[in-house]
Amino acid sequence: MAAWARQAARCSWLTAAGLLGLRSRGAAPLPALLSAHRLPLWRPRLGGCAEPSRGKGEVCAPRNSLSVVLKEEQAVPETVSDLSAAELCEDWDDVSPSSALEEISEEEAVKIVADPLLPLQSSTLRDYVDHSETLTKLVHLGVDLSQVEKRQKAGQLLLTLDFEKDITKILLFLKDVGIEDNQLGPFLTKNPYILGEDLEALETRVAYLKSKKFGNAEIAQMVSRAPYLLLFSVERLDNRLGFFKNELGLSVKKTKDLVIRFPRLLTGKLEPVKENLQVCQIEFGFQRNEIQQIAFKTPKILTASKKRLRQTFDYLHNIMGIPHNMLTRFPQVFNSKLLRIKERHMFLIFLGRAQYDPTQPSYISLDQLVSLPDEVFCTEIAKTSMKDFEKFLKTI
Amino acid sequence: MAAVPAGLFAVYKPPGVAWNRVRDAVEGRLLRELNAAPARPPRSRIRFLPAASAGPPELVAVRVPVLAEHRLVRGPRFTQLKIGAGHRLDVKASGVFVLGVGHGNKLLTHLYNCHLTKVYTVSGEFGKATEDFSDTGKLIEKTTFDHISREKLERILAVIQGTNHKALLMHSNIDMKTQEAYELAVKGLIRPMGKSPPIITAIRCLQFALPQFQLGNLSDLLEIHCLHETQQYLRKVVHEIGLELKSSAVCTQVRRTRDGVFTLEDALLRTQWNLQSIQNAISDCQLKVKNELEKTLGHWDGGVLQEMDADTDHTANS
Repeated sequence: MAAWARQAARCSWLTAAGLLGLRSRGAAPLPALLSAHRLPLWRPRLGGCAEPSRGKGEVCAPRNSLSVVLKEEQAVPETVSDLSAAELCEDWDDVSPSSALEEISEEEAVKIVADPLLPLQSSTLRDYVDHSETLTKLVHLGVDLSQVEKRQKAGQLLLTLDFEKDITKILLFLKDVGIEDNQLGPFLTKNPYILGEDLEALETRVAYLKSKKFGNAEIAQMVSRAPYLLLFSVERLDNRLGFFKNELGLSVKKTKDLVIRFPRLLTGKLEPVKENLQVCQIEFGFQRNEIQQIAFKTPKILTASKKRLRQTFDYLHNIMGIPHNMLTRFPQVFNSKLLRIKERHMFLIFLGRAQYDPTQPSYISLDQLVSLPDEVFCTEIAKTSMKDFEKFLKTI
Repeated sequence: MAAVPAGLFAVYKPPGVAWNRVRDAVEGRLLRELNAAPARPPRSRIRFLPAASAGPPELVAVRVPVLAEHRLVRGPRFTQLKIGAGHRLDVKASGVFVLGVGHGNKLLTHLYNCHLTKVYTVSGEFGKATEDFSDTGKLIEKTTFDHISREKLERILAVIQGTNHKALLMHSNIDMKTQEAYELAVKGLIRPMGKSPPIITAIRCLQFALPQFQLGNLSDLLEIHCLHETQQYLRKVVHEIGLELKSSAVCTQVRRTRDGVFTLEDALLRTQWNLQSIQNAISDCQLKVKNELEKTLGHWDGGVLQEMDADTDHTANS
């Protein structure tokens, strides 16, 4: 069994070497062996298999001729004393005797690994996970490889890394920053590229944040909520902090508070933020200080889609008739789904309870309108049962 | 492990949302629940590893779980479900919308071949005409509507029903002077079994108040039973009624209250689109669908029926 295994291992290894074009450890691929200066020596041994006059034909010598070579070579292993021949034999013989009938010792047999070959290229990490220590450990850490492999070049990066050498130090660094143990897996799933980053650069970025008087707990919160934060260079981070400070006209303290609560602002694109601010100012007609308040209360608006904002504002302002100052007081309505606002508003109209003016009796605040779950909304605000609400929903 | 549901169910499509977004939302919610269910433990394979002891070299058989089967490596178990939609509803329309999961898709085809009638309630407003017949379109004219009375409206409706009845008989391709026609008529099965222009089988006025067809309490003007219609056709009907009454009208709401055997009570609201409710809805409607299919297709085409029986059995077992 052992001899067979060895033969198989050798054969597969040879083909692999041939495919890869590797020439290390004397394992020259077949075409190289048959190259010009060695041909005279080999040709007689090949016997009738190869015609001397054939030029290119030898390059793609048939399989059976290879086995002929192997057998003959083995038949006269020691007799060749010629220098070039010795060199030649080294090419083949570094895994030496290869007959299926050859007996090998137990020690050798144990060492032979007869795994099927790994695919040279693959679109998924599944093929490698059982053979790569790095990937195995990452899976145990909780990294979702099926997500990671969809990212550009991320799979390649993980395969080239060594767990002990490259990954451990980053993990320890992240723990120092303050990311929880159970959060490491999801964190790396979102941002696998941090594993290929230079440790010193990461440390300077954290130092920069500390120099801006962010506390340790705050940095931990920011990094875990916006995993890409540490991939941004110091200049870029500085630029972005400055951008939000100037664009929104907030004080330093308020800007810091804003990015701590919603750190994704720093890692996202700035173009949509600018556009949303323009939409608020020009299309919705908010004053500058109102925009400031809105952005500070619900920073999510800055990254929301323009189309959705427009639809929500149109419904709230033009159909429900809510003035700008009320919208500034309760900007969280922009974050809720338009369909939810619509359904509830129409239900309240149907009941005759749609009254959003705080100066009038039985006032319903916008916050209550959107944030309460359905059951509470029905009993507390609409003062009806859930069943009635469901019945009503089937009539719109 | 959660079983993938299979069969037919109805959801309530809210207005302002495209039907394929409704379908995708249902699929997304089902997928989330199916994937959240605990998966079976990964397979393990036997590997021969060299023993760690210092003694004579030997191999030890070890059971190692195959990591390639791990959820974090393989990804979620379900990435898509076969969900098909029955009769479509356009963006502005709302109402009962039939979906089929898994083997339910075949039933959907059979249900389509039954050419069952659908019921809509339509609301409108007199005195305006728009380009696309709905209330949000571009306004093209304003008219007076004081002269309209309920009697006049009902007269028009009777005319519409009469002409459509004639069209129904014509497109059903049956000679009215035969025994076969009599038998079909007794069972109430006279309807076109192939392609035909939209046909209104019944139309009546539910409530009448000027200028709107509807009062504030959301009851509707017209109830229309029809087949082979589109929602835009119904809006056009409202527009034409307006013209016939020497005024004009726009359609403010088109709502489907019944699609074949699925009624408003069967329809699931947005909050009920989860695995459990959908499974319940499927099992509730199964019998109704089967009876209806047998009744219609049994008369027209026995071959389809046997095939369909196999399908429904399959659905019931899974």
